[in-house]
Amino acid sequence: MTTSGLLQLGLYFAVLLACVRPLGRYMAKVYSGPAPYLERSLGPVERWLYRLCGIAPATEMTWKQYANAVLAFSVVSFVTVYIFQRVQGVLPLNTERLSAVSADSAFNTAISFTTNTNWQGYGGETTMSYLTQMAALTVQNFVSAAAGMAVLIALIRGFIRHSTDTIGNFWVDLIRGTLYILLPLSLVLAVVLVSQGVVQTFDSYREVALLEPAIDAEGHAVTTQRVAVGPAASQIAIKQLGTNGGGFFNVNSAHPLENPTPLANFLELLAILLIPAALCCTFGEMVGDRRQGWAILAAMMVIFVPLLVVTTVVEQAGNPVLTHIGVDRVPSEFQSGGNMEGKETRFGIVNSSLWAVATTAASNGSVNSMHDSFTPLGGLGAMWLMQLGEVVFGGVGSGLYGMLVFAIVAVFLSGLMVGRTPEYLGKKIGAFEMKMASLAILFPCATVLVGTAVAVTAPAGRETIFNSGPHGFSEVLYAFSSAANNNGSAFAGLGANTPFYNGLLGLAMLLGRFCVMLPVLAIAGSLAAKKTVPAGPGTLPTHTTLFVVLLVAVVMVVGALSFFPALALGPIIEHLQLPTTNAGDTSL
Amino acid sequence: MKTTTPLLDRTILTGAITASVWKLNPRVQLRNPVMFAVYLGSLLTTVLWANSWAAPAGESSGFILGVTVWLWFTVLFANFAEAIAEGHGQAQAASLKKSRTSVVARKLSDRKGRRATEVAATDLQIGDVVIVNAGETIPTDGEVIEGVASVDESAITGESAPVVRESGGDRSSVTGGTQVISDWLIIEVKTLPGQSFLDRMIAMVEGAKRQKTPNEIALAILLAALTLIFLLVVATLLPYSIFSVRASGQGHAISLTVLVALFVCLAPTTIGALLSAIGIAGMNRLSQTNVIAMSGRAVEAAGDVDVLLLDKTGTITLGNRQATRFISADGVTEQELAEAAHLASMADETAEGRSIAVLAKKQFGLRARELEHIKPHFIAFSARTRMSGVTLDGHEIRKGATEAVETHVRSLGGFLPEDVRTAVQQIAKSGSTPLVVSRDAKVLGVIELKDIVKGGIKERFAELRQMGIKTVMITGDNPLTAAAIAAEAGVDDFLAEATPEAKLALIREYQTGGRLVAMTGDGTNDAPALAQADVAVAMNSGTQAAKEAGNMVDLDSNPTKLIEIVNIGKQLLMTRGSLTTFSIANDVAKYFAILPAAFATTYPALKALDLMRLSSPSSAILSAVIFNAVIIIALIPLALKGVAYRPVGAAQLLRNNLLIYGLGGLVVPFIGIKMIDLLLSATGLA
Repeated sequence: MTTSGLLQLGLYFAVLLACVRPLGRYMAKVYSGPAPYLERSLGPVERWLYRLCGIAPATEMTWKQYANAVLAFSVVSFVTVYIFQRVQGVLPLNTERLSAVSADSAFNTAISFTTNTNWQGYGGETTMSYLTQMAALTVQNFVSAAAGMAVLIALIRGFIRHSTDTIGNFWVDLIRGTLYILLPLSLVLAVVLVSQGVVQTFDSYREVALLEPAIDAEGHAVTTQRVAVGPAASQIAIKQLGTNGGGFFNVNSAHPLENPTPLANFLELLAILLIPAALCCTFGEMVGDRRQGWAILAAMMVIFVPLLVVTTVVEQAGNPVLTHIGVDRVPSEFQSGGNMEGKETRFGIVNSSLWAVATTAASNGSVNSMHDSFTPLGGLGAMWLMQLGEVVFGGVGSGLYGMLVFAIVAVFLSGLMVGRTPEYLGKKIGAFEMKMASLAILFPCATVLVGTAVAVTAPAGRETIFNSGPHGFSEVLYAFSSAANNNGSAFAGLGANTPFYNGLLGLAMLLGRFCVMLPVLAIAGSLAAKKTVPAGPGTLPTHTTLFVVLLVAVVMVVGALSFFPALALGPIIEHLQLPTTNAGDTSL
Repeated sequence: MKTTTPLLDRTILTGAITASVWKLNPRVQLRNPVMFAVYLGSLLTTVLWANSWAAPAGESSGFILGVTVWLWFTVLFANFAEAIAEGHGQAQAASLKKSRTSVVARKLSDRKGRRATEVAATDLQIGDVVIVNAGETIPTDGEVIEGVASVDESAITGESAPVVRESGGDRSSVTGGTQVISDWLIIEVKTLPGQSFLDRMIAMVEGAKRQKTPNEIALAILLAALTLIFLLVVATLLPYSIFSVRASGQGHAISLTVLVALFVCLAPTTIGALLSAIGIAGMNRLSQTNVIAMSGRAVEAAGDVDVLLLDKTGTITLGNRQATRFISADGVTEQELAEAAHLASMADETAEGRSIAVLAKKQFGLRARELEHIKPHFIAFSARTRMSGVTLDGHEIRKGATEAVETHVRSLGGFLPEDVRTAVQQIAKSGSTPLVVSRDAKVLGVIELKDIVKGGIKERFAELRQMGIKTVMITGDNPLTAAAIAAEAGVDDFLAEATPEAKLALIREYQTGGRLVAMTGDGTNDAPALAQADVAVAMNSGTQAAKEAGNMVDLDSNPTKLIEIVNIGKQLLMTRGSLTTFSIANDVAKYFAILPAAFATTYPALKALDLMRLSSPSSAILSAVIFNAVIIIALIPLALKGVAYRPVGAAQLLRNNLLIYGLGGLVVPFIGIKMIDLLLSATGLA
């Protein structure tokens, strides 16, 4: 890795970690009391919303009521997004006169945005009207993220409350998360992005003169180009902050109007991990032991950093095939070197690798380079981070509650190994919690494995795999890993906008979202009903290096054991089939 | 009972081998989901083998046979592990059953007339009254309502010295199967036929009534989930493989035999096979320490105990207080005091009274005198007067609590001298009990009665503290005395002037705070507290009520036994946890052995993953399957003995066990599979 690369990564982590504590504490206050600074100005809005929707904010919900509220809200969201897409042709703010989205694509997109996945089978600028982008998709970017955070907060309440059957009020958590956390952060980020050149307009697409006129297939000179514009900045800010990832434009953050400058790139990168990382701190604050939050954050970093380093190193090393034919890929003042296929020269190796790892670690799914063109090992890292269950940072809320499910399993194992009924944060882990934790881990795994199996078997699935050999397999595996873990990034190389993939991947997203959320809420309810056991010398501390190591081991072992065979037939064999000599490459 | 059968006793071994074949019954297999999956896999490969024999295609039938045979061995080894654990229990049960020979009971139709009719012991109902004479066996559990007798309880406790059983008080309960040696007893039957203590004990050690404990259920769920994941991993590997063959244009799809082999290797068979053996062995270890648990749940709860309530008397201190010193008042010699104390204790048959006589004899050579001619009038201790003594030659000699004696001498015109008062206070402050002695209106001095703390008890409490268990001493003493003894014995806390209600309240208080409480008890007044405690060990010498309220009975009636019970409870959990970790860690090596072999024809480049450099694909797969089966046998001794528990604190324990069973589980199969592979290729078997 180059010195400049190391410095960029160092700066990124320094800024990220500096933001974690203040934001984490702020969020803890938002969910457990008046929000600092903003309660006074936004409080009336909040209360007006409660009156408007007929919400009694003081009413507490049992876990089943909470789960019903989440489900009901998601169903309404799904129907709304679906209808917007189907009737956009007759609605206003459609400057390009885009017609209704096809039924299967609209179905897939509606699920995708209500589950915080943002898998995109469509191309934004050629499919969605401004109104659909704003009123349907961007709204879901906010509320699906807020719903994930609400479920996390409900789980945390399960830990801190005792001998009760209630875990909070979903509507209050949803509204407060949106109003006090996501809206203010998005507003700030959107304004900064606009200052960097991200577009924000209702104008129709622009006709601009080409700097270098081209000749089309029929021999006509092409001198102008239509450039898509739109209300992009407002959507991009929340797309990054809410681990949504659905680009305004088809090529996502590789698009110059979506991600124009190095500063914009840095801020968008920062926004990917900002809330998921800060929520660890929120967790520590709320359970009354900050060390618990730091331990979880440490476990995430312990998985994240090595995978980031490996990805950067293998991408910088590049493809040995090119080395064989004598291509100069040594980094210098004039080129990034390494594997630049599918990467923006503006971003180079380090920023592309960092984005790829961050976006798959967090279930963001936005891209600034094409993951399909990464080296096999680079692609493997991204794929595996999703297969771990999106718990290394993961989605806002969903990542941490997924990690806490793994922590429950780790606590259970370690409890048995020290000869004591396991307890986590003073709550005894019993058969019910283990049953729900097993389901939450099992469902996404099963969905990825079975979905991939169906797709590589069914002719309709095999038809649109554009690459041959193990890479074609990787593309399908990546798609299902992304959908079932609500990431939403695509490997590309797979024609996924077909009724087959729209339907199957849509189903995978549903299972991946709600078959984790519901068990998590069940755990929250069961924990809240339990007594809190005070910690004694016989209690295994869960804030120590030892526990972090164990937690990391459980996450990685479950991920490795479940996906090793599939990965062996995809990226691993692809890597092993590359020419072995890497002569002339000294960039490492 | 106290006989410990060696781990691999010959008769148990042969019995277990037969039993492991019998247990192939699918209904037995269904009880263990992990092993049932292996069972189905074995059936499948058997069919594949038969098929390959009839219509040879693709795989050699020799290879399929090899895999099939070892899969069946995997199932058999699991059965064997369970059978051998059960065998140990049955051996204990058999010796118990000997004492349950058909006894004839002599049922009294009317207590006064002593008219008895002979009925079978099994026909006795609750409330029936029977008489048992010397040499006869007590037919069933009951309460002595009349008579005193010495009873040989060795059939239950293994203790050969007979014990006294009498009506009233805390020694009134008798157990069926024990024998009256002298005198006679009239007993009221307290249990239904077939539910006596002995019956329950046999059922428990035989494992007939074994229910899964909460942790066992939680672990079973985790193992089932893992099995399901691996089932999916293996099942989806077939379409992946077909796709890969098409994509690479070479080789053939993975065979069903290899898929089954891979599944069995990945599924947590090691822990799955040993899980029930671990549970049974835990109960066996408990009964080997002469504790009978009424449920497995209680044993497991013992491992979680946070607070231990211990009776002072008998547990922390040696039975009773003993006189250690005479302190005479000014103007009275110690000898004078000793003589008066000696006289006052002549008729006192309590241990304290006798210890006064012993001390007087030791210090001043005083002996019991013939007093009949002077017509002594003995006054027994009563709770009201709180004094005892003797009236002799017109002199009133009294000994008793300070206030009681003071009131007594004041009524005769005397007073309590200042120096005696100071001595009394000093004695009380040091945790001993002062007894004031008076003759008529004159106070002669004080006797110091001291509680003797048992040797080694302080170290045991330190051990408990390291395990994270808080010890609380329960005593009827005043707070001052209690505090001094608590300090000397090294307990963490104490409850002084304890009444049954106070005990109950204390337990409830700890439980509301989320603590798990264990206690021992023997008396009827302990019953409510025993019923409330999470782990309640009743002494076998105690009353029927206490035994029924507790969830364990200690046959040795040794109150410090709780520490061993806690150990066994912890061991039980640790053995399960460690073997689960080991089992899962093993999978890594198995992947590296089987995957390159399974895809050798499609993707030869995957050979790079074959870290063990195994000789051939078929040998690689067979070696993994054999290792998977053999490791079960290799771990049976560990499952039966349990993972050693040392009180070193949770973090240290976890670190040690992770290193041994986690890291060990990662490394051992690499070595084991390689060795089996070398053996197979050397002998030309694969």
